[in-house]
Amino acid sequence: MIARVVVVPKPVVNDPQGVTVRQGLRALGFSEVEDVRVGRYVEVRLGGASAEEAGTRVDEMCRRLLANQVIEDYRFELET
Amino acid sequence: MKFGVVVFPGTWSDRDCGHVVTHVVGADLVYLWHRDRDLRGADCVILPGGFSYGDYLRPGAIARFSPVMEAVAEHAARGGLVWGICNGFQVLCEAGLLPGALIRNACLEFRCEWVHLRCERADTPFTRCLQPGQVVRVPIAHEEGNYVADPDTLDELERHGQVVLRYCDAEGRVTDAANPNGSARGIAGIRNADGNVLGMMPHPERCAEADLGGTDGLLMFRSLVEAATPVGRRHG
Repeated sequence: MIARVVVVPKPVVNDPQGVTVRQGLRALGFSEVEDVRVGRYVEVRLGGASAEEAGTRVDEMCRRLLANQVIEDYRFELET
Repeated sequence: MKFGVVVFPGTWSDRDCGHVVTHVVGADLVYLWHRDRDLRGADCVILPGGFSYGDYLRPGAIARFSPVMEAVAEHAARGGLVWGICNGFQVLCEAGLLPGALIRNACLEFRCEWVHLRCERADTPFTRCLQPGQVVRVPIAHEEGNYVADPDTLDELERHGQVVLRYCDAEGRVTDAANPNGSARGIAGIRNADGNVLGMMPHPERCAEADLGGTDGLLMFRSLVEAATPVGRRHG
């Protein structure tokens, strides 16, 4: 089973990278770009757990290490 | 006063801190490896600057789970002194020993330069040799020193006098231009509610001797040494 975890800065946290990428995209002519948030993608390969167990475990992994909830939100999906 | 300087894989300021402790202020020193579970009698633990564990995932995120950090957390809970400098500040925030977090500098650059700091609290063990409002000159060297916390946490820090150092100009004015990384409210250093844990991004260990361009950092090391000295034995 693979957990695909996406970690992004919380909406209220200023994201200097996102702002710079937004400016870059606009400079390239992508004038429709309104906002960019730059985050992190983590793939976790898991062995021997049911989807339900895995979901609980991955959620705990996110809370304890993969995301810093002071500044980041996370979401993940499981692929069997 | 015995200082314990923690060394993680990737720490780079440990010898600078150790040099100041032993050769400049003449205090006792022990280096603590990240696998150590015993602080070996250290009164004040220094978490120095660097790139612990390569700053993988987030600065301080992995260091926080080192065996030594369990001992550091217990030491802090007992009221022991803990001083996080640069990467050490990031570790303390990740470990939850200090509130908030340090994100990428607003300018997206690694900033390595001298800055001015205003001492907001001179009644801490870390700053007792400074005057309230005193402006000191100390170098920074970081890419992730942009202090963030939610507004309630920031208000609470202010209300309880936990902001110890702020970036300012040479006259002590806290302005956007004097803020090298975009930190909320110009925050350069904070302490915990109990006052025994301090985190700061600037590097006092790099300005403790005139040969290095400044001696203001020495005031903080002296403060800690004096903090451990009974009043009757203190000089001047």
